[in-house]
Amino acid sequence: MGKTKVIVGLGSCGVAAGAGKVYEKIKALKDAENLDFELGKTSCVGMCYREPLVEIIDDSGNFLYGDIDGDKAVELINKHVNNNNPVKEYVVVTDLYDTPDRKYLDGQVKIALRNCGMIDPEKIGDYESRDGYAAVRKIVENKIPPENVIKEVMDSGLRGRGGGGFPTGLKWNFANKNQSGKKYIICNADEGDPGAFMDRSLLEGDPHSVLEGMIIAGYAVKANEGIIYCRAEYPLALKRLAIAIEQAEENGYLGDNIFGLKGFDFRIIIKEGAGAFVCGEETALIASVEGKRGMPRKRPPFPAESGLWKMPSNINNVETLANIPWIINNGASSYAKYGTENSKGTKVFALAGKINHGGLVEVPMGITIKDVIFKLGGGIPGGKRFKAVQLGGPSGGCIPEYLSDTIVDFDSVTATGAIMGSGGMVVMDETTCMVDVAKFFLDFTGKESCGKCTFCRIGTKRMLEILTRITEGEGEKEDVEKLEELASQIIDSSLCGLGQTAPNPVLTTLKYFRDEYEAHISQKKCPSLTCKKLLTYEVNRDNCTGCTVCAKNCPVDAIEGERKEVHFIKQDICIRCGVCYNKCKFEAITLS
Amino acid sequence: MRVKRIAKKTPELPESPEKVDLTLLDPLIEKYRNKNGITIPVLQGAQDIYGYIPREVFLRLSEELDLELSDLYGVATFYSQFRLAPVGKMIIKVCHGTACHVQNAGAITDALQEALKVEDGETTEDGLFTLESVACLGCCSLAPVMMIGDETFGKLTGNNAVKIIKELRLKEKN
Repeated sequence: MGKTKVIVGLGSCGVAAGAGKVYEKIKALKDAENLDFELGKTSCVGMCYREPLVEIIDDSGNFLYGDIDGDKAVELINKHVNNNNPVKEYVVVTDLYDTPDRKYLDGQVKIALRNCGMIDPEKIGDYESRDGYAAVRKIVENKIPPENVIKEVMDSGLRGRGGGGFPTGLKWNFANKNQSGKKYIICNADEGDPGAFMDRSLLEGDPHSVLEGMIIAGYAVKANEGIIYCRAEYPLALKRLAIAIEQAEENGYLGDNIFGLKGFDFRIIIKEGAGAFVCGEETALIASVEGKRGMPRKRPPFPAESGLWKMPSNINNVETLANIPWIINNGASSYAKYGTENSKGTKVFALAGKINHGGLVEVPMGITIKDVIFKLGGGIPGGKRFKAVQLGGPSGGCIPEYLSDTIVDFDSVTATGAIMGSGGMVVMDETTCMVDVAKFFLDFTGKESCGKCTFCRIGTKRMLEILTRITEGEGEKEDVEKLEELASQIIDSSLCGLGQTAPNPVLTTLKYFRDEYEAHISQKKCPSLTCKKLLTYEVNRDNCTGCTVCAKNCPVDAIEGERKEVHFIKQDICIRCGVCYNKCKFEAITLS
Repeated sequence: MRVKRIAKKTPELPESPEKVDLTLLDPLIEKYRNKNGITIPVLQGAQDIYGYIPREVFLRLSEELDLELSDLYGVATFYSQFRLAPVGKMIIKVCHGTACHVQNAGAITDALQEALKVEDGETTEDGLFTLESVACLGCCSLAPVMMIGDETFGKLTGNNAVKIIKELRLKEKN
């Protein structure tokens, strides 16, 4: 009989939900009562909506428990571990019987995320036991020349997962062809898209797969120095990367003459980003690594010719690199089996927003948006109507409900006006105002514009002003036209991707939700009751108890009424700040 | 999202309110002497020491590491991580990523601004809290979230965000 294993999921989102405390509680109990089980750690399995997660593996099977807090953890140990009595009501997934949450996992194909939630990311042995570093070994032992490695990656059809979708093999080929002595492999881990967190999860959950991907890239393009540019906002990812690099060096996967192959030298260092969205753009990233302001420059020359310190550099995204070892181990055709004609393999999506099952899912390309949101994501909470999904972050756009049969691959998503981007999927329901969403993204890109190109720097600001005006009830008839004109100018006159795509959120919402803009502008109404300045606050006579809380908190004394009598709001004084709505405990303030 | 810098308070390198102990920089300077591409890590290291980058630190780093003062200042003002003025003991980072935004993160910031009597980017009078808006903390499925120190708080409402702050303040006073 094997020892029972208790594993706590300690990714960032698990920790945020309280997994750290759960782990401490179990550890304290184990130590205090000298209990005989193995306590382990893993990272995110992607079921963020059920965090904190605790997995118990014993002779009878695997049990993944969700929504665990300190008390429930004690209960699990007492009942399940000590008395072999699984606590059914907390079970999320088990291999013994079917559960509703199983659907979340069954629709997925895990290639990039193959180890996330399965291994302890701080133990290299865990990674090695799951084919870790076998791909590098395979290349060296079978003496596969770099050109064949590149061909394998090309045949797999893998395209850059950071947003651009450039074929990875082709990129490697450019860098390989360059005969310069010194070359660099750069891993772009500056995941800046608000709403995307797959790279963070990968780095936290399986850092070695990214390192192995880089080592293989280094071999293929004949580079011997790797740099991981990771944003400073991910402290746990940075810590685990540092541990992984140290372990890989100890075990000889990094350093000189890897696997005994003379001249196969590769080292990796980490560079911490300092908080600039534009540094996800490759030329800006290079400037940042060199210690300069992260301003993009004109291409060509592309980084494959002249990149870091003017040397040929190959830049790949985290998720792209994590796919590489799997492709080498399993062959290009196994990877190309998944997906559509021009978009092979799988893609990781971060599901968030108004959705029941928020978290990470890895699905084959070609699945419909509807399936991702309803089959895997469990639909919209509170029985609300699904309105749109935002794909691609600030460079992407909103895809409306009636296009939810769109399949996810690079070409189909682009055809809607959105982009695949890094894979953030923010779901919106009927209570989300699309003009407000457009304003939100413009605010973001405007602040993150590096300031080099006039149209991006000033144009986004002008667009934001117009959108702000519209959401505050000051919109004018010509505003839509002005927005479209500005958008096309910004797209035409910006140097890098940030500016060229910044108007996308506005253009897609204008395309699919023009009626909402019209309602804001001509009727001065916000149909989804989001834009505060366009709302009317009223007292519901039936619910008001006359507690006077609203009147006391109203900053402009617009509410009148005697104690224990129904209050009323003087509309000519009300500034629509919403304080009364937030303060009322009886739902007696209504919006219209 | 960029941390909103309050222009009127930091027109240029502000005079540091306290005497800055520059010897704390020695190990940092030794580590990066005669190296390439060090501007960002050096500034990050300095900020780790002082919590912000005081004027005197810019001057010493520029002199010792042979970096142009304008380059240092340019980099420090480009990246949102760097601060030119002292901050509170605890920094409250309210997430305004897309997921948090659609889950009404604005209400969290509003409630905290009211409770702490500061604007976004400012520090409370007692020097305990600095309120900041940040882009994405990457805990989208727990939206809306805020981070104080290393701890992340999820599924917030305006009311319980204020409650958390009150508890922290109470703890600090005792």
